Amino acid sequence: MKSIIVVARKDLRIEGRSRTLLARVVPFALLVLVLFAVALDSEPLILRASAGLVWMAILFATMLVVQRSFEIETSDAALDSVLSCTSSPSRVYFGKALATFVQLFALATLLVLCSVVLYGSRVDGDGLVLLVTVMLTATAGLSLVGTLYGVVVARLNGRDSLLPLLSLPVLAPLLIGAARATEAAFGSQTIDMSNGWAWTALLAVYAVVFGSAGAVAFAPLAQGDS
Amino acid sequence: MSSTVADATAIHLDDAVVALGGFPALAGVTLEIGTGELVALRGANGSGKSTLLRLCAGLLPLTRGGATVLGVDLADHRDAARTLVGLLGHDNGLYADLTARENVRFIAEMVGAPNDDVESSLARLGIDGRVARTRAAALSAGQRRRTALASLVVRRARLWLLDEPHAGLDSAARQELDSILRDATRSGATVVYTTHDVESRPESTPRTITLTGGTVTSDVAGAGLGEGVAPRRTP
Repeated sequence: MKSIIVVARKDLRIEGRSRTLLARVVPFALLVLVLFAVALDSEPLILRASAGLVWMAILFATMLVVQRSFEIETSDAALDSVLSCTSSPSRVYFGKALATFVQLFALATLLVLCSVVLYGSRVDGDGLVLLVTVMLTATAGLSLVGTLYGVVVARLNGRDSLLPLLSLPVLAPLLIGAARATEAAFGSQTIDMSNGWAWTALLAVYAVVFGSAGAVAFAPLAQGDS
Repeated sequence: MSSTVADATAIHLDDAVVALGGFPALAGVTLEIGTGELVALRGANGSGKSTLLRLCAGLLPLTRGGATVLGVDLADHRDAARTLVGLLGHDNGLYADLTARENVRFIAEMVGAPNDDVESSLARLGIDGRVARTRAAALSAGQRRRTALASLVVRRARLWLLDEPHAGLDSAARQELDSILRDATRSGATVVYTTHDVESRPESTPRTITLTGGTVTSDVAGAGLGEGVAPRRTP
């Protein structure tokens, strides 16, 4: 567990220094939210689609966060050095996923608040509990899948375009689940709270499945085994 | 983990083959390196030196043959070998946005080394004061190399694998590195490093192995080549 914290703390310290999240990811995600609103240009439509738009923006932002997470590992071959420090590379995987999770959860919080301001989304007490749970499970899933696919493309040419190409289809179910559950939390009339919790449970299962797969697959992928 | 090789043997390769993308980067290497030895690996670019180091570090899978490092069979347990081995590759493995001290401390925390070791390693490599507080991105090539070496020192690995460690170092730093390598072997560690340059070897280097095309073409004991020293093994 200590190695996981050490890796996550290192990634977050680097993020604190480079301010990639603040300088690149947050402006990009906010821009996506604003552009969606401009493109839809219909208040009822925007309100109805707000949950999906928020998670779409988070999904795109995930690509930037994950790319940065592995850019720092490959630019001077630091990943080899880290892997040679542990007999359990899955700890490196979970450490990097944890750092990504912290960043994405902060971003999701900001974007939900922006959704309230920009799109007029509303959340009551019960909805807030559901919303926070959705944000936790969905960003955990995004982080675990993102980190897994991040290491898949880390040593490849054209990794910037390969990452979304490979991971977005896999993340589609998570997008659907997170959007539907968030819709319920926002008090949409098309989906009730119990359905929202069911989607959230599905998100948790998704995160566990990909977390387990990542724990097993990270080492051979990180080492470039053939 | 298996201990098929005696403790006196740090590395035992038996017709070891490593294929990278279908190409045999190591094409049947047989050699034995004893515990506490200081060994220079020589060879042209693409001769397999770095591949041999990465195999021994547990970072590449063995395609065929046998390989045992510090008693660990790499065919079955290369994860276990990694923590016993310190590898410094062509790159320094540093994080550009962390300071020199933070880079070394990160490695120390990963392996559970005390903070005192961080400071002593930095001091040993001449990285202290302002340099230790400087981000790796702003360090000179030599300072980055020394920081990477400090990361290796702090690990207290039993087997040091260094890929051209003298590259980018000035004369004083080279001498200091040679001194560190000798000290490491005196304390029981085994050191294997690659070099293009015979003169860069410490005078006490007891052995030089030359690789050509992924195979060992000479294995010479003694301080220099061409001094009438009989080859130990030449496959």
